[in-house]
Amino acid sequence: MRLGTVAILVILLPLMLSSVTAALRPKKARALMLSVNVLCLLMSAYLLIQVLRQNAAFTVSMGEIGAPFGNELFVSKTEAVVLVGFDLIMLLSLLSGGRKIVHDISINRISLYYTVCSLLLAAMNALVLTNDIFTGYVFLEISTIAAGALIFAGSKRGALMASMRYMIMNLLGSGLFLFGLSILYSLTGELLFSGILQKVSEVAAQGKYTGALFVGLTLISLGLAMKSALFPFHTWLPNAYSLSTPASSSLLSSLVSKAYIFLYIKIIARGVGLSVFRESGANDVLLLYAVLAIVMGSVDAIQQHNVRRMISYSSVAQIGYIFLAVSFATRQGLAAAVFQIFAHSAAKAMLFPAVDRLVEVSGGNENFRDLRGSGYRAPVAGLAFAVGAFSIEGTPPLGGFSAKVFVASAAYAVGSWRMYVALGALAISTVLNIVYFLRTVVTVYRKSDRQPNAFFHQKVNAFRAFLCAFIALNLFMGVGAGSIMQLINGGINIW
Amino acid sequence: MKKPISALKRFLEEGSEPLDIEMQSELDYTPAPEEARRGENHPTEEPGHIKNRRTANVLYTVSSVVLCALMIFILVYNVSGLPSFGGADTLIDSEVGRFYIENGLEDTGATNIITPIILSYRGFDTLGESHVLFIALCSVMLLLRFAPQDASSALRAYAIEEDEPQDDDILKGFGHVLLPLVFVFGLYIIFNGNLSPGGGFSGGAVLGAGFIMYLVIYGHDAAYKFFNYKTMKLVSMTALVSYSLFKGYHFITGYNGWESVFSNGTVGTIFSGGMLLYLNVFVGAVVSVTMYTLFVLFRRGDF
Repeated sequence: MRLGTVAILVILLPLMLSSVTAALRPKKARALMLSVNVLCLLMSAYLLIQVLRQNAAFTVSMGEIGAPFGNELFVSKTEAVVLVGFDLIMLLSLLSGGRKIVHDISINRISLYYTVCSLLLAAMNALVLTNDIFTGYVFLEISTIAAGALIFAGSKRGALMASMRYMIMNLLGSGLFLFGLSILYSLTGELLFSGILQKVSEVAAQGKYTGALFVGLTLISLGLAMKSALFPFHTWLPNAYSLSTPASSSLLSSLVSKAYIFLYIKIIARGVGLSVFRESGANDVLLLYAVLAIVMGSVDAIQQHNVRRMISYSSVAQIGYIFLAVSFATRQGLAAAVFQIFAHSAAKAMLFPAVDRLVEVSGGNENFRDLRGSGYRAPVAGLAFAVGAFSIEGTPPLGGFSAKVFVASAAYAVGSWRMYVALGALAISTVLNIVYFLRTVVTVYRKSDRQPNAFFHQKVNAFRAFLCAFIALNLFMGVGAGSIMQLINGGINIW
Repeated sequence: MKKPISALKRFLEEGSEPLDIEMQSELDYTPAPEEARRGENHPTEEPGHIKNRRTANVLYTVSSVVLCALMIFILVYNVSGLPSFGGADTLIDSEVGRFYIENGLEDTGATNIITPIILSYRGFDTLGESHVLFIALCSVMLLLRFAPQDASSALRAYAIEEDEPQDDDILKGFGHVLLPLVFVFGLYIIFNGNLSPGGGFSGGAVLGAGFIMYLVIYGHDAAYKFFNYKTMKLVSMTALVSYSLFKGYHFITGYNGWESVFSNGTVGTIFSGGMLLYLNVFVGAVVSVTMYTLFVLFRRGDF
């Protein structure tokens, strides 16, 4: 059996078993979904090890007839490591948020919730591995609908409206992406990344159709930026993240929007080509939006008193970092963007369940001032919150620090005015991040004499273990940053 | 100017004002009682808020109209600049299309060339599309299906059928004549998918429409006898799992270069084209069940 079979199974297994999950009773559905997730994690780890051992990238044709006539997957070190990261974070998010899923979702809907998660896992893996832009669109649709369902599944008030707003913005994004895709297709007649790259560079060399190329590229950028909540299009994000159940918030903030960005990175690097992207000027527009996102996201976060909304707004700023790194249009910048995706996912996916627990032991009020002393009442959740907050602020030795260093050095390598703008934005936002996160961390660890309530005595040992795993992951992201970066670079340099 | 802008921001985040009361209350969720009293999180709106909101509304409407007009102009202008479809000067060399036309019949044994393109060459995309239908179904069920406690007496007893014709002889007469034809036609489209235009998606849509007609004509009780939640679960699960299994078998054997047990058969007969016939049946089952279930869920929230 050839190695690529594993890559096929990573997508096919969750896809196939999702419909079985829907037919099972809640507990069994949960067990099945989680074991599929573990299996996918193991398979992607095996894939990573094999890719490292062979030190090569390879394509996988889906069926006996290969590309460009059939569908194709592509595996390099970057894809393999992103796959491992996504599957791991998905597993940990579902485990640590699982406690509240039972609480927030009515009993006859839990199996469906896990079905949606299973389909999301398949879509995520497909988005990471696909070598075909249209396959990317199909699985983008699955993850869009899945995310919409994840938002309204928790029965909190307002979640329905948040989901509605999410769907409108995201479907608009999908539509624009599809327009861009059709323009690119009518120019090149290719759907495969390598084919598009070849044709686009021919078109660019002849100097024909530059206008159409620019519009297509802009529509793709606009669509995916909308879907991943880049600054002016972020208005759906705060309610969607803060009103859904913690597991959903973790999945949405750490995986769904990040998978779109990874697809975008692939389209730029492997489809359109970095030089065409640079010459089109689209990257400077992206830079502008990214800087605005970084500053405005942080400013908005400072104004929030509701701690979950604050974390949600900080996502806006963090997504700005990723797009900032992409907008440099260098390989170093893309690698920094992928690393930032990881660092942010690991921290954000941990913050939501941790905050949820802190709120729970503080009487259920999400205002950050009410969290006073909760770090003592829920020690592990407090620690997880502190670690996540410090990671996003960029404190060594956590993942967020390394990510900022990589983004800054990519900016330094680019030079010109872009460097000053990027470094300035990084500096400002670091200060702003410290304002709102430190404020909350200090509140969490101030003494208070709040009486224990019913939630104190819940069994939370498993939950604590999952948070510890998250903390370890964040530490690893910081300590092992060099080797992770080497893996990411290993793929991106041969793209 | 600051106020209208902040009102516009709020407007974008929370929606316009003239919503009906239910939605409005849904929007004013955030301030928990204590918070609202302290007025920290969401300061109570100042008296001028209605005016600000109206300004925001106007700003929003004007800017969206301008934006849409701009977008339409850009897209139309852009399309006029694209290489003409099928023209001689296009960059597209139709290598892929030519390959399908030249080798399609030989590779797959199907006389309808579209079916193998959808189900075999680009079968992975179509597998994804079928799961788009499935996830739409799951989302609607998550949204609309009753929780067990509401599903009991009160809501179940609420029958929409009051608004629908009951035991209407004219409808039933037409049903007797039309429905068998619709079902047979749907099945024909599915089973002949590899031979003539059609296939799982279109045939499934015809079948689904037939089921919906049956429900509307003969009423809930008659339809419930042969199609309830269990049937739906069973059919869609079996169809999707077997679809994925067949496609997985195809992908893996094809990729590894193993011999597939599905042969192309005699071209032009029903049992030709390898696994295409079975795939069409699975897709048809998924599509028809999804259509019917969506209708049922939007009609009364449960089977």
